[in-house]
Amino acid sequence: MRVKVLMGNTAVAEAVRMAGVEVISAYPITPQTIIVERIAEMVERGELKARYVRVESEHSALAVVYGASASGARVFTATSSHGLLYMYEMLWWVANSRLPVVMAVVARAIGPPWNIHSDHQDALTVRDAGWIIGFASSVEEAFDMTLQAYRVGEDRRVLLPVMVALDGFTLSHTSEPVRLPEESEVRGWLPPREPLPFKLEPGSYFAVGNLGPDEVTMELRWYIWRAMERAKHVIREVSADYARRFDRSVHGLIEGFRVEDAKYLVVLAGAWSGDAMEAVGMLRDEGYPVGLVRLRYVRPFPVEELRELASSVRAVLVVDRAVSMGHMGVIAGDLISAVRGKVTVKNVIAGLGGVDVSPDDFKTMIKGFIEEYESGALDSWFYTEWYMPWVRRG
Amino acid sequence: MSVPWLASRSTRGVLPGNPACSGCPHNIGLRVLGRILGDKAVLVVPAGCTSIVAGYWPREGFEFPLLHVPFASAPAVASGVRAALDLGGRGDAIVVVWSGDGGAADIGFATLSGAATRNEDILVMVSDNEAYMNTGVQASGTTMWKALTTTSPVIGKTEERKDIALIMLMHKVPYVATASIGYPSDLAEKIRRASEVKGFKLIHLHSPCPPGWRFDSDKTVLVAKLAVETGAWILWEYDRGNFRISPPSTPYRDKSRRKPLAEYIKLQGRLAHLTEEDVREIERRIDENWNLILELEKYYASHVKA
Repeated sequence: MRVKVLMGNTAVAEAVRMAGVEVISAYPITPQTIIVERIAEMVERGELKARYVRVESEHSALAVVYGASASGARVFTATSSHGLLYMYEMLWWVANSRLPVVMAVVARAIGPPWNIHSDHQDALTVRDAGWIIGFASSVEEAFDMTLQAYRVGEDRRVLLPVMVALDGFTLSHTSEPVRLPEESEVRGWLPPREPLPFKLEPGSYFAVGNLGPDEVTMELRWYIWRAMERAKHVIREVSADYARRFDRSVHGLIEGFRVEDAKYLVVLAGAWSGDAMEAVGMLRDEGYPVGLVRLRYVRPFPVEELRELASSVRAVLVVDRAVSMGHMGVIAGDLISAVRGKVTVKNVIAGLGGVDVSPDDFKTMIKGFIEEYESGALDSWFYTEWYMPWVRRG
Repeated sequence: MSVPWLASRSTRGVLPGNPACSGCPHNIGLRVLGRILGDKAVLVVPAGCTSIVAGYWPREGFEFPLLHVPFASAPAVASGVRAALDLGGRGDAIVVVWSGDGGAADIGFATLSGAATRNEDILVMVSDNEAYMNTGVQASGTTMWKALTTTSPVIGKTEERKDIALIMLMHKVPYVATASIGYPSDLAEKIRRASEVKGFKLIHLHSPCPPGWRFDSDKTVLVAKLAVETGAWILWEYDRGNFRISPPSTPYRDKSRRKPLAEYIKLQGRLAHLTEEDVREIERRIDENWNLILELEKYYASHVKA
């Protein structure tokens, strides 16, 4: 183990190198570019024995790694925002084909207006496609999650593609110390990909993905559903094993912060969790019984963990960085269905388009939420609040 | 590569009784492909008629290992398959994209162009039936001027067709050819030669479609041959610097030896509404196309690689 200062993007590239990825294909988009530039350099310098395919679009990037993964190779791609949306069709093709593709999504707002800064709309917009979706909250976690993605996705109980989301700029371009394991240790922990049950090579006659009875489509969806359920267990197991092996404190589908004896919970995902934790720490010092849950994975959704934690608190505040227009924040909607009305939930939308949300902003939000709960305001009606302190309300 | 020799091959590619329409040109083209590369090829098939011809699970219409893929993705998927096969020591395998005109020339064109630019070691077969036949005969980028389709149902298509083979030639790839399902020996020879070329190769295969063009299903080969004999479809081959007009088209360099265009047109319901003026205009365009191909032949003859 050695400590190295890396940006989120270079940490992901480093994980790809250590995972022994064989085929990489990507199309550049800000703020993902450094990941693919760094990997291209590794391949050209011979530091990574792999094929790097320079494609003309994100749709083709995912198509290339789909083809390579269907032929047995360990693969990687990375994108962001509009690039991810341009891949949308292929996202489903990969998931429905049960191929363990790993992709980094450097979370960024979707235009118009053009905006290269971070929110979570891109990664959460594609949540139903059958990909496992994790959100890193530190550079080290972006590294860890990328490595774990291969173990989880390639696990026979899972066989699903995995997306590792890291916030644009706040993680992708921020330098932090990372405790890097030795390459040989990683190789021991992450064996080469298991061969597929079929071999796409001349002389073996079979087809993948052809027309069939409608029942086959539905059955295959059910298999994916079950694989997602099993993935919860596999993520807990793999991340715990990784934590033991490489001396990490965080693992599982969620991370709790000062949740012991908390009466109020703040739930969110991504890099801004650190600022929210700081706010929770300050509020604890002021005597507020508040804790925080950071979702490490939004697909599969940590239903069991959240239900258990929510059962012992008075109310939950979900701070969302992505909206389902016409309804509410994406994570809030998921959380409310998970806790089944057992607890009062408030939803705040904040930080869209990369708007900075400071620990003080979180303090304001959390205090407002607790006051509203205690005054009974949250019981009588539910609305999604947009946190925009620069807008004067008349 | 005579037709009897092709028929005697043990590799099949296409199985009897698959769900193709009667008189389907894709089945003819795929059968030739199977006879030449049946034991060497891996197929990547984007959305199109061939997605259906391939069969309904658990039955299988082909003897090929085959990946079905989304419309615009096939040459990129083939690139990924190529990369993985090379890493796995199967550099000898031939990765073939079997695409229609929509998949190659329209919705998937950027993907095709990207793969050609990278000079990926794949063979792209564009079986061109001149419209989106699988969805019910809608006009495509390669539908001929004036042809009736379900999205040009009264006046006919108002735009010119694009020449995907020439566009791909300008990508400076090692091998591009046109072919016709009416000339299986010529097609077989081109598939064999292409398969021996390292890098990107494309064969633009003319595939007249009975229901789409509205002619009787026993006339597929006749219509395909008439396209060549009237000069409407020109068979040529570019192989690493050498450009030549293929033997079946050679006589028709001489305009006087071409059959009257009316013989080709009168068999097709999609062209039944053409006026004499329209036919003259199509003839003019055919002449223009020949002039271009003859000029290209001359150009490459004077720039042959040593």
